[in-house]
Amino acid sequence: MLGILRQRAIDGGLAASTLRRTRSALVSARSYAAGAKEMTVRDALNSAIDEEMSADPKVFVMGEEVGQYQGAYKITKGLLEKYGPERVYDTPITEAGFTGIGVGAAYAGLKPVVEFMTFNFSMQAIDHIINSAAKSNYMSAGQINVPIVFRGPNGAAAGVGAQHSQCYAAWYASVPGLKVLAPYSAEDARGLLKAAIRDPDPVVFLENELLYGESFPISEEALDSSFCLPIGKAKIEREGKDVTIVTFSKMVGFALKAAEKLAEEGISAEVINLRSIRPLDRATINASVRKTSRLVTVEEGFPQHGVCAEICASVVEESFSYLDAPVERIAGADVPMPYAANLERLALPQIEDIIRAAKRACYRSK
Amino acid sequence: MKFIPESSSRRVPCYRVLDEDGRIIPDNDFVPVKEKLAVRMYEQMATLQVMDHIFYEAQRQGRISFYLTSVGEEAINIASAAALSPDDIVLPQYREPGVLLWRGFTLEEFANQCFGNKADYGKGRQMPIHYGSNRLNYFTISSPIATQLPQAAGVGYSLKMEKKNACAVTFIGDGGTSEGDFHAGLNFAAVMEAPVVFICRNNGWAISTHISEQFRSDGIVVKGQAYGIRSIRVDGNDALAVYSAVRSAREMAVTEQRPVLIEAMTYRVGHHSTSDDSTKYRAADEIQYWKMSRNPVNRFRKWVEDNGWWSEEDESKLRSNARKQLLQAIQAAEKWEKQPLTELFNDVYDVKPKNLEEQELGLKELVEKQPQEYPPGFHV
Repeated sequence: MLGILRQRAIDGGLAASTLRRTRSALVSARSYAAGAKEMTVRDALNSAIDEEMSADPKVFVMGEEVGQYQGAYKITKGLLEKYGPERVYDTPITEAGFTGIGVGAAYAGLKPVVEFMTFNFSMQAIDHIINSAAKSNYMSAGQINVPIVFRGPNGAAAGVGAQHSQCYAAWYASVPGLKVLAPYSAEDARGLLKAAIRDPDPVVFLENELLYGESFPISEEALDSSFCLPIGKAKIEREGKDVTIVTFSKMVGFALKAAEKLAEEGISAEVINLRSIRPLDRATINASVRKTSRLVTVEEGFPQHGVCAEICASVVEESFSYLDAPVERIAGADVPMPYAANLERLALPQIEDIIRAAKRACYRSK
Repeated sequence: MKFIPESSSRRVPCYRVLDEDGRIIPDNDFVPVKEKLAVRMYEQMATLQVMDHIFYEAQRQGRISFYLTSVGEEAINIASAAALSPDDIVLPQYREPGVLLWRGFTLEEFANQCFGNKADYGKGRQMPIHYGSNRLNYFTISSPIATQLPQAAGVGYSLKMEKKNACAVTFIGDGGTSEGDFHAGLNFAAVMEAPVVFICRNNGWAISTHISEQFRSDGIVVKGQAYGIRSIRVDGNDALAVYSAVRSAREMAVTEQRPVLIEAMTYRVGHHSTSDDSTKYRAADEIQYWKMSRNPVNRFRKWVEDNGWWSEEDESKLRSNARKQLLQAIQAAEKWEKQPLTELFNDVYDVKPKNLEEQELGLKELVEKQPQEYPPGFHV
């Protein structure tokens, strides 16, 4: 929702530097006053959907609890009142059903935004996503395109156990025909979701439940209804010269905090926010590693065949002679997510893990 | 305290118009079919028979890799198509090529898809019989079973939102109704009040699984009411009954904006596909019985002939013309060159991504450098 400002104390230095990078990342000759405007990721997503629904009558929202309940996580708050039950559709509990319906509606020319209460539940509908949505344009030789967005919280939350905590980035990003996005900040959320809704291809949009309530500074440009971020382009959140830390979603925040701690010890870390898992911005990642000679990749998901594995493979293939240290992978533990808080903390990457990996890459610790 | 019994004492009756000898059953209500339409329907049913026979033989000769016939289900294929408007959007399963034939897909177009040649609208991306045509409102066939059912509800919903005078029509076999998507599709269509006609071809067999092993209900028609959907059971081998039922169902779906379920009783005379030999799991005389005595094409032919609209001469002319045209289509399709290499990389996305552009370039260079590694006539 435009105009909703959350005044929350935030580290002024980080906010201002983020804002400067936000401005420079966008193609604009205008300059803006240093931001007082902030927005939560929740409001960013809500405003993005609202604006796209307003601009295009073919866009509609579908999912469990998205209408009357205002959304399980309130992402679709206010949309039912504004657009009516035909365009904000509360579905029965059938992921397979509403995913199939969304694909069928997309086949027929509408632009559905399908919400999964969590991507863990998308597994009950994954055949429609992969065998229908992802492959239809190819199999039909361009006759059937599927302009659908599948969105919802992905990965670990807090204390929700094994069947509510898995990260599906690697699963979906391995499929040709899908685009897979993972926003971090409010600006990411707005720009990437708007791009996803406008895109003629099927997009899997991986949000993070714990980021919904987090506030980020946001520029005037990002608040404009025509704002859009390019799909397939990573963002350098923090420039550095000693080690490249590549990650996405919530781990971007952890990586930035790790970078601050590392800076105190004289290690300058460059933090890359992938934004897009498929297509993966190999050019930006490799350019950075060629500059720093060291790579640390971080993800919350399971380690085997993860997103980090693909990034490491890309860097080893393309920038081998630039590496001064073995590539480092930080991932979630190779166990179904335990519930107990102490075990959960051990099963997920923490800021200390990232710091230790960066130091290892710089030969500063074991 | 009274439990609803697991089955009714009486099975749901089957609507039919013609008896087995092709005569109108007296005191019956049906949508009349005039000469021009009746003759066209019969011609198309016979053409479908010839097409199935010839393509099946072509697969047996190794000229195409796979084929799937609709033998025994010609009435469902043609009569349902005849009862729809061309704006109605069809989401088939895979045993409904007759619907595409009715709408104007040519024998050459069928052959091109089966051979996956350069003229194939599918650009050689799919195995044979996976036809599709945007122009004819027939969605490209997708192999996973029953996924088209909730998708049809979605298509119906989009027609409803755009207030179009059209409905979605989707087909499923008896086996496909066991899929979770059957439940999801019907439940949703009912709740959303979407204009969808669900047509279940109950042909008795799902590869080797007989219906007695597929469900314990009285077929599929009884499931409609469980979802709040108006339903009818019809003799699927009676072209006039199928025509009337589908015509009426379509009207209800569009004017009342609701889903309708039709269970068309029939028999799968052919094997499941060219990968199957059904004599391994069912009696040869059962197949013969349905092929000879319960043949829907013969039954409709009797009615058309009794009306003086068709003769033996018309019959042999139609069959020999169809056969000739098909053999020519196959010969031409076989000779036609295959898709160029670039089609490997197109249509994955709306716009080709950089990684695929690079791979395409790399492959082109490789083919140019090592032409001996690639078959003669292979072109980029």
